[in-house]
Amino acid sequence: MDTANFFLQALLTADMTIRVSVVLIFACLAGLFSERAGIFDIGLEGKMLISAFFTAAVSYQTGYIWYGVAAGIAASMVFALIHGVASITFRGNQLISGVAINFLASGLTVVIGHAWFKKGGLTPPLSYEGRFHEITLPFADALRDVPILGPIYADVISGHKLLVYVAMLIVPLTWWLLFRTRFGLRLRAVGENPASVDTAGVSVVRYRYAAVLIAGVLCGLGGAYLSTSQGAAFGKEMTAGRGFIALAALIFSKWRPWYALMACLLFGFLEAISNLFPNINVFGLFEIPVQFTQALPYILTVVILAGFVGKAIPPRAGGEPYIKER
Amino acid sequence: MDKMPKWADIVLIPLISLMLAFIASGLVVLAIGENPIQAITVMVKGALGSTSGLGYTLYYATNYMFTGLAVAVAFHARMFNIGGEGQAAIAGVGATLVILAFDWPHWALALPFAIMGAALFGGFWAAVPAYLQAKRGSHIVITTIMFNFIAAAVMGFLLNGVLKNPNTQNAETVKFPDGAHLPTAHEFLAPLGINFSKSAPLNISFLLALLCAFLVWFLLWRTRLGYSIRAFGQSEKGAKYAGISAFKIIMISMFISGALAGMLSINVVMGEQERLIKEFVEGAGFVGIAVALMGRNHPVGIILAAILFGMLTQGGFELLWEMPNISKEVVLVIQGMIILFTGALDYMVRGPVEKMFLRMKKGA
Repeated sequence: MDTANFFLQALLTADMTIRVSVVLIFACLAGLFSERAGIFDIGLEGKMLISAFFTAAVSYQTGYIWYGVAAGIAASMVFALIHGVASITFRGNQLISGVAINFLASGLTVVIGHAWFKKGGLTPPLSYEGRFHEITLPFADALRDVPILGPIYADVISGHKLLVYVAMLIVPLTWWLLFRTRFGLRLRAVGENPASVDTAGVSVVRYRYAAVLIAGVLCGLGGAYLSTSQGAAFGKEMTAGRGFIALAALIFSKWRPWYALMACLLFGFLEAISNLFPNINVFGLFEIPVQFTQALPYILTVVILAGFVGKAIPPRAGGEPYIKER
Repeated sequence: MDKMPKWADIVLIPLISLMLAFIASGLVVLAIGENPIQAITVMVKGALGSTSGLGYTLYYATNYMFTGLAVAVAFHARMFNIGGEGQAAIAGVGATLVILAFDWPHWALALPFAIMGAALFGGFWAAVPAYLQAKRGSHIVITTIMFNFIAAAVMGFLLNGVLKNPNTQNAETVKFPDGAHLPTAHEFLAPLGINFSKSAPLNISFLLALLCAFLVWFLLWRTRLGYSIRAFGQSEKGAKYAGISAFKIIMISMFISGALAGMLSINVVMGEQERLIKEFVEGAGFVGIAVALMGRNHPVGIILAAILFGMLTQGGFELLWEMPNISKEVVLVIQGMIILFTGALDYMVRGPVEKMFLRMKKGA
């Protein structure tokens, strides 16, 4: 392969990496808020799925993308609220609640979709106004001829859909909110040592609800991206395990926003590779099977969790309901 | 501690939760403009109204008994095994390798070896996360989730590679030899003069499931090991003080859990498909969580809950024909509601019931 061709392939891969990472970034940051406040969230998948459905369905019905996005976020927040009520107010098992949410989302999206559109749970393809479109950043075309940097700017950085840029902005915003504001300090404290926060007169319940609802909004955006930007309709089970990959990325990043971005890009890169180059031939010696690339995020997470490459220590009060002393 | 009588804990509360789950699911059916009473009638009739329907119901129930027991054994050691899906899939590979290795003369000879193959593979797939939890402190829930996905990749790799039947496009193995065919309900009931449906996939694995339920009961409540497992689940510190090795309990209970989940492959792969296909588990590993919750982690409860869930699954397919506006995925909604109300919202029901009994006690 000559250099020019290689450069083209690299640009293509980088562009695809960004596109498939966005869902992971939204979901991973959702999990970050929730788990930093001490609420495990294995229902990321379900919340994204229900949002993907309602975004596409309402967007199709109204022909207006923003009604769709609002509906998707609202649906995801309802699910977040169910998780909150179960795990905060009724101190139920957070993992079981997450499993229930995933079940409900897989079922409801198909049942409602089937009754609504009579297409076996799919939504009809979205019209032009019902989807997001590529945004060309300023000077992208003018700068395209600049060697190396031009194509990178024009093909990799420019030309994405709105939610891609939103995701990239939410990463620094999350960092700032968690590590530079009083809200963030308290939210993190609620996940580390709720008793001491409570003693200081801060409501553990209120902060945990806030975190869970923020997670709902972010999962809502992730789902909306799937059905209106990465695709142009809702398909059954279209999240396809990405909520769990996001969970893997969260552990990989040790519950930190910038690392989360890196982990999502890494896992997105693996997805892009397995999409673009199913069978990778290593120096003509042997082939790496596509299933291995697909499984790599999960394998890496197991390795990280086992502490073979650095130790991932979750927030200390994670998974435990807080019971106020009387 | 005795805020309420035992029967309230094991019968009343699950029943109330179940009612709530059905009401919530009924509201969903109402919301899409259909009659929930009619839907439930169709489902029950479809599940129990014919020997074919009953055969399917008990076939699914067999799967759910295995996965429910798997989740329950782990639960007793306070381990949340969410990896039944992957363990069952890998166990299918174990059973398949055993069955394809020989030209079996008779199923009675093939079955015990297939069981061993499935149990070893399923148990091993659960033992790795168990080891990582016991020795390296990884969270068992996350690791078993990851192992579900890794198992799916392994299945894809094997069934598109070495194990693939070269004569078909599908990702599946060759058909099993006739000597490994398990008797179906039709075959073993005919000599008794019962004419059971030929089409239903119910087979001898159903009896294996009942046997497993008995063995799990015996293990947990009648043996020293079972006592240690339950003691460890009650209080890890207390168990350690009593000289029970945490490592041993985690490894053994997860291995048994994985092996039980693996028995599903005997029912589906050996008993029905008679070949290994890629996605034969079809979510039964997750349904096991609902079954175990519903059955209060007791084998008797699990048998009853598994039959209920079997009815739901089979009834769901029947809905497709009778009420085309409702898709069979309504079953997932009902299952989700049951997990939500019996599992996560347990306290919501338990609190008021406890209060009611306290008031009654005071009044008396």
